[in-house]
Order: sequence, then C-alpha cells, then structure tokens
Amino acid sequence: MKRIYLDHAATTPLDPRVKKAMDPFWSEKFGNPSSLYKEGREAKRALNEARASIAKIIKSRPEEIIFTDGGTESDNLAILGTANNSGKGHIITTKFEHHAVLNSVKFLEEQGLDVTWLDVGREGIVNPKDIEKALKPNTILVSIMYANNEIGTIQPIAEIGKILKKHSAVFHTDACQAAGYLDLNVEKLGVDLMTINGSKVYGPKGIGFLYVKKGVKLQPFLYGGEQEKKLRPGTENVPAIVGLAEALKIAQKEKSNEVKRLTGLRDYFIKKLTTEIPKTFLNGHSRLRLPNNINISVLGTEGEAVLLYLDEYGISCSTGSACSSESLEPSHVIMALKKPHEYGHGSLRFTLGRKTTKKEIDYVMKILPEVIVKLRSISAIKI
Amino acid sequence: MKKDIDNWYYSNKVKEHFLKPKNFLDREPKKGEFDAAGEMGSVVCGDVMKVWLKIDKKTERIKKFKWQTWGCASAIAATSMFSVMITEKGGMKISEAVKITPRDIIGRLHGLPPRKIHCSVLADQAFRSAVDNYRKNLTKK
Repeated sequence: MKRIYLDHAATTPLDPRVKKAMDPFWSEKFGNPSSLYKEGREAKRALNEARASIAKIIKSRPEEIIFTDGGTESDNLAILGTANNSGKGHIITTKFEHHAVLNSVKFLEEQGLDVTWLDVGREGIVNPKDIEKALKPNTILVSIMYANNEIGTIQPIAEIGKILKKHSAVFHTDACQAAGYLDLNVEKLGVDLMTINGSKVYGPKGIGFLYVKKGVKLQPFLYGGEQEKKLRPGTENVPAIVGLAEALKIAQKEKSNEVKRLTGLRDYFIKKLTTEIPKTFLNGHSRLRLPNNINISVLGTEGEAVLLYLDEYGISCSTGSACSSESLEPSHVIMALKKPHEYGHGSLRFTLGRKTTKKEIDYVMKILPEVIVKLRSISAIKI
Repeated sequence: MKKDIDNWYYSNKVKEHFLKPKNFLDREPKKGEFDAAGEMGSVVCGDVMKVWLKIDKKTERIKKFKWQTWGCASAIAATSMFSVMITEKGGMKISEAVKITPRDIIGRLHGLPPRKIHCSVLADQAFRSAVDNYRKNLTKK
C-alpha cells in the first residue's frame, strides 16, 4: 500500500540531492578535519564550506556556528551552557517549549535557579509584553521557540529580540521547526543563540548546530579536543555537516514557493476537517502558524486509537494523547492552551511536506470521517 | 503467554479486537434492556468505560455483556476481549466472572506493553461496579 506520510514535524526524508552531496564523505573523503595531511585538509575544506554556507543563510559569521548532534543537544548547550556560565540567576521561558528546552530548564529549576514559565494564551502565541514584565535585573536567559512543534504557532521572536536589546539576558530560540519556512536572519531576529537541526529540513538525522553570537559565553558540558571552539569537542561528523548545509541551502532556495503552496494546502485541509467532521476544532492560531501544520482536537475520540486506525489505511500522523506518550500525560502544549483534557486526548497533528498533494489530503478526508464515526460509536463519552 | 508484540505496536490479538471490536453498544441502551450498568475511568486519565449486563436471574449467568470505551487501542481491545471471555460458552456465572483478573485478560490478548497495563485494563473494574449495582438492585427489590 502507498503510504501517505503526514508527520513531517517528526522528521523528514533525506532529500536525494542532500544524499548525493554527502556521498563522497563516507569512504572516499573520509579524513579527520584536524589532520594536517591531504585527507584531513580535504575534510577541513568541506567543513569550512558547510559552515560558511550556513552562516550566509542565517546572516552570521562562520565562526558563530557550532555543530552538534542535533536539536536536543543544541538546546541543552544553549541553556545549560548559559546557566553554568553564570551559576545562578533567573530564566524566562514558556510552558509549551519542546521537551529539550522544557526539561533542561526544569533541571536548572531543581538546581535552585529561578524560572518564570510564561503562558501562551488560547491561540498559542506568547505576548512580548509578558516577557518585558517578567524580566529581572538578574535574568540570565530567555528561551522562546520560533515555531511550536505541535501546533506550529509562530512566536514574535524579532519583537522579543528588540525588547531584550536593552537587557543583558541571553536570548535563545529553538528554530528547528521554523528552519524550512521562516526567515532565519539572526540580526533581524535579535537572537544570541539559535538551534537548528537537520532531520526537520530533509537533511540527515543526528546533526544540528547552535548559532552562538560572538561575545556570548557558554560553559560546555563535553570536554575533549579543540573542535567547535571547545564548545563541542569530538571529531566532526563531516558527511552529516555537509548534508545539513546542503539541506538548508535547498530549503532556502525553495522556501517562498513551498510556503505559498503548503499554506494553500494547509488551509484547504483545515477547512475540510473542521467543517466535515463535527465537533472538531483547530488548536493554535489559524494564520500565525507554520504553513505545513494542522493540529485539531476531535472530541469524543482518543488520539492513539485514531492514529492506529489511520495507520491501517496507510496514513501517518501524530497525536498529543496521553496514551501515546511514555509519561501517560496528555500533550503539555494543548494543556498550555488551557483547553480541557479531552482536547489533549483527542488531538491529532498532520504536518505536510514537499511531496504532499491535494489528492493525498482528499484521501485522508475520505477515510478520517469514517474512522471518527466508528470510534465515536464505541466511545463511552457522548458529545 | 504467547507474545507477538513485535509485529505491530501491539500484539496481533490486540489489533484484531481493536479494529473489529466485539459486543460494543453503538447506541444508548433502551429502558429496561439491561439488568445492570457500571462505569470506570476518568476523562482526565484518558480512559472511560461503560458496561451493561443482561443476567439470567436463576442461574446467575451473564447472557449479554455490552460496552462502550473511550480510550486508546489497548483499552478498546481489552474491553472487547473481556466481553468475549464473559459471554463465550453460554455465559459465565457472576461468581466465576468476578474472578477474572487484568492478568487473565492480558494473557488472552497475547500481552500488552508494560506501561499500558495499569491504565487500559479497566474492564474488570467496570464489570465489578456493574455487579455491585446488580446486587444492590436485587436487595432493594
């Protein structure tokens, strides 16, 4: 059966063009960039070119790019690195960050740091004024995601950046979900630290970077060689780094067309879902959201059951239901929108991608309403 | 216990009962249709189960076991399997049926992922609450 993959926020397939760019760096140009002889120099050149290419996209200096193992590591380096550098102080973040930020900050809170957890309103967008109000003289870090990974809502990063210009706090944003669709100009955004990874932009998994603005001091948590300005020691993953740079270059080039195309598909899909399936509601702001994100709550159904039925019909999506999480808690993102538990348990996320077509969405709309009717007929909760 | 969990997220037995659940009530019960009803679970936890029983008063055998479940795949499958265990072979006696444990249900489902055991096997509890209601009604009469 042909699969319809609608979970691009979880991960994207490797673009064949990216794979091609990576190919020579496994067996042929395998050198260690730290080596002085030819093979090493060859690897070093590839590494430098990748760094410069990424720097050009985000409008930074090449030396401000620190390659890591991915989004989670970059977030940890940004947050723990800032906190360990000052040792104490106050942190501002939101209640609906990705777990890589959420749990890093929770850890610091347990260590005795003071944390303000901001609400994000019913539409899932943080109010910059709340950040201004929460700032204290000893605020060391503000970490706000660029776009939410579950509901796709876009945060006013540039506006927050302006507010923070007058304050000494370091400003970090997790831009993993935004990287394929939004402006990544770090100067315009006014960020000091920015997380991006490969696996959400049709690049390889296990690679990412942290943009570290010149002058921002981080304390590393890995110790070893002198790679990545000692912030991330260890032999560089050259093939993956080359792949990440190529993936971002392609995403950048195709961005404006892709954003337009996906926005149309997204709005078409949302309209169908909310009009053709009764008691179905969109989570998050309808316009200030990523062009590929659809997140709905289908009341009277439980997300994992819907997901597994759709899987049977060849459709892949995700849910914020408690039953699908290890913790057995419903999605903290849906709960941060102050919606009843049922909205969390009944939530479904569809995230579109480069290969998604209107035909695929029409197929989902043929299957999903029937699945919902069936599961609602079994359900002990009547709506 | 036979285990075939690796083939799917759940066992094939769970899959079968999840995709083709047995004995569920796809409507509201009519007045006087059943002899007892029970409920278990909460919206906060994400699992709610309702059961309805038709009981042969003389033999105390359960002739009908109908249910509704709001919950994940394993919750639906566990309730469906429990309804089969109760009603197969002419229906169990109440005294036998109350002895069925979550472990028995999980065994018949060929296993559940460990973290699912606690939350999704509520069918036996919903059933016992229905039996309690049945006994209460009998003493009232």
